[in-house]
Amino acid sequence: MRRALYLLPVLLVAVLFLLFRMALRADYDPHAVPSPLIDQPIPAFDLAGTEARLSGETLKGQVALVNFFASWCVPCRTEHPLLMRLAEEKHVPIYGIALKDKPENTQRFIAQMGNPYRRIGLDENGHVGIDFGITGVPETFVIDKSGHIRRHYGAPLTADELRDDLEPLLRELARS
Amino acid sequence: MIAELGHFGLILALLLALLQSSVPLIGAARRNLAWMTLGRSSAVAQFLLVTAAFAALMHAYVTSDFSVQNVFENSHSDKPLLYKITGVWGNHEGSMVLWVFILSLFGAAVAWFGDNLPPALSARVLAVQGMIGVGFLGFILLTSDPFHRLVPAPLDGRGLNPVLQDPGLAFHPPFLYLGYVGFSVAFSFAVAALIEGRVDPAWARWVRPWTLAAWCALTIGIAMGSWWAYYTLGWGGWWFWDPVENASFMPWLVGTALLHSAIVVEKRDALKSWTILLAILTFSLSLVGTFLVRSGVLTSVHAFAVDPRRGLYILLLLLVAVGGSLTLYAWRAPALKGGGLFAPISREGALVLNNLLLTVAAAAIFWGTLYPLFSDQLGGPKLTVGAPFFDIVFRWLMAPLLVAVAVGPLLAWKRGDLLGALQRLWVALAAAVFVGLIALYIAGGGPVLAVLTLALAGWMVLGSLSEWGERIRLFRASLAESSRRARHLPRAQYGMTLAHLGLAVTLAGIAASAWQQERIEIMKPGDDVPIAGYMLRLDAVDKVQGPNFTAERAQVSVRKGGSVVAEMHPEKRFFPLQQMSTGVTAIKTNLLADLYLALGDSDGKGGWTVRAWWKPLVPWIWIGAVMMAMGGVISLSDRRLRLGVAARARVPRGARPAE
Repeated sequence: MRRALYLLPVLLVAVLFLLFRMALRADYDPHAVPSPLIDQPIPAFDLAGTEARLSGETLKGQVALVNFFASWCVPCRTEHPLLMRLAEEKHVPIYGIALKDKPENTQRFIAQMGNPYRRIGLDENGHVGIDFGITGVPETFVIDKSGHIRRHYGAPLTADELRDDLEPLLRELARS
Repeated sequence: MIAELGHFGLILALLLALLQSSVPLIGAARRNLAWMTLGRSSAVAQFLLVTAAFAALMHAYVTSDFSVQNVFENSHSDKPLLYKITGVWGNHEGSMVLWVFILSLFGAAVAWFGDNLPPALSARVLAVQGMIGVGFLGFILLTSDPFHRLVPAPLDGRGLNPVLQDPGLAFHPPFLYLGYVGFSVAFSFAVAALIEGRVDPAWARWVRPWTLAAWCALTIGIAMGSWWAYYTLGWGGWWFWDPVENASFMPWLVGTALLHSAIVVEKRDALKSWTILLAILTFSLSLVGTFLVRSGVLTSVHAFAVDPRRGLYILLLLLVAVGGSLTLYAWRAPALKGGGLFAPISREGALVLNNLLLTVAAAAIFWGTLYPLFSDQLGGPKLTVGAPFFDIVFRWLMAPLLVAVAVGPLLAWKRGDLLGALQRLWVALAAAVFVGLIALYIAGGGPVLAVLTLALAGWMVLGSLSEWGERIRLFRASLAESSRRARHLPRAQYGMTLAHLGLAVTLAGIAASAWQQERIEIMKPGDDVPIAGYMLRLDAVDKVQGPNFTAERAQVSVRKGGSVVAEMHPEKRFFPLQQMSTGVTAIKTNLLADLYLALGDSDGKGGWTVRAWWKPLVPWIWIGAVMMAMGGVISLSDRRLRLGVAARARVPRGARPAE
């Protein structure tokens, strides 16, 4: 029994090696990080908002974007004009979730940069962000009519992504 | 020509390392003194050869010899001399040469300072060092040749990643490697002890200075990296739980545990096989870190050029080093005789608690770092583990440890008196409450956790100081008597107190970040922004020409009460060669708080995004780290422990007063 205990480290290391070996496959790309929530229903949430509450119910029955942002996040500022364009020109409903941010800062951010959001939920302690499995801000989720997550952008949206990926996807989802 | 000599030096070093890893080992088994001493001379020769190779590579960089592919890819003739030199290790191949250089330096140091080691132990330690050398020299020569020539030679190089052109980062890798590689000595001692089947207090006394030296360097290395992240990345953050940061932090945690458990072996002859295991694990984690960074299996902001062939080689190296040593451990460690017994409440007990918490914390970080990889490989969902996981887990594992830091040193060996120790800590407890109240008063409330953490820092400071006070019988004996005792306390004692104080200082710096203030504004020249009692005015944004970049440099005047107290110049630099921009933050510190400015993008309408932070106590994070490392250095200078082996001690070891 005592001896078996001494063998434990070696066994653990053996398992580790197998996993490392598997990870060294040529086609393995750790940078491709799709959300684990793809094709899953959105996590339940109910947040106080800048004006009205924002919850899973709010999103029901429409194709929408959920965008996590924060006033303290500089990439969010670079992304913001694209969201404005999406909202104004394409009339895509975008719901914002302000991550770990004070309401007054969120208000100031919106006042300064313009408001592309239908509603803004205030996730002050970041728990909804954890439920969505985000690793930073900004991140954007595409939600279909049945309330399932169809796409996850783990970085600021770019104009190219918008044109080549997001807009075709939105058109397709709107038809279905 | 010089580059070829360097290459040749590496090949010769590899051959010597092969010799060093076998002959002394056989000599030790056959009690052949001549074969055993070969280890020492070959370790020194190996050091000279690798130094020559390292110097050759540096020469190629300094003279901008672009016929060497590595120089062409990572240097440029316009680069300032400092970055030509530090560019040597700013890339995969060069950093491996630095790694081997430090490895051979440690090998030679063991040979130089190893006069008092029994010849068989010294031979075995150096043989294991030789094996590690074989592994890494082979790695360089087979997969990462730094001296590869280009024909024809290009006219100029591609330049070093601008982010790496920074004094803080320039010296971060050498310190980090001193730490990583330094732990190889503890590893070699552990493997040698397993081969001999004998671990005794003398062994612990030999091993501890090497561990301590490596630990100090790693502490400084990690602190430098985090300081660099703080002032360059322009986010005001200083720790990101990035896989590569974690890779350096895990050996630090386990190495810290090793430092403490080696004390138990040294003083009480207990916890032997555990200490051996820690010594193996510490270096193994350094190797795993190397694997993770260089194989590209994890996503990280720190990336080296990735090559699956290299990943495979390091994996094999890991298999041999870690798998081999742990197999040896499973085979030999059960036979190690346990030493002194102790009650759970005792100095040993406190150190066991320290060890448990530190290793569990390291295991949790290991798990968090590798879980995405495992999940992915086993067909689970693809995911990332972010700061929230690490923050929560780490916080709750560290809290009891930090409480115990003040108590542990007050407990006696074998059987301690917890109540007595706590009674002696009432001052510390009062101080903790006081600090908490002060924090509440100054900040007018604030997050409960931050207030508690500050109180904890106060507890540790007073706890450490009162332990020192106990030792010199402050206020109990006459002042003369106390100062006599203070002078005669071993330096290791001061080292411990200073390191524990440093930990408290770092903790306070971390806790106080809860009160930081932050402003992000688009400012036009002439605009004012208030923050933390200061008024920032953007006076102008000028174009500036640097040696290999152009920059937009903001002039911000900082006013307090109407008068200008500082001028700050945050910059945005553009490096045309790499088409990359980097930010240069401006930090004004008074050691109690930082005013931190970063210049963002222009909005095209005459305004610039300016990010301003006021960060109370944040410099303490690094001041504390330096104190911890200094504590280590002071402890290292304690000759009684470092060099005073049993034979030289005036008092027989058994009779030494327990301290």
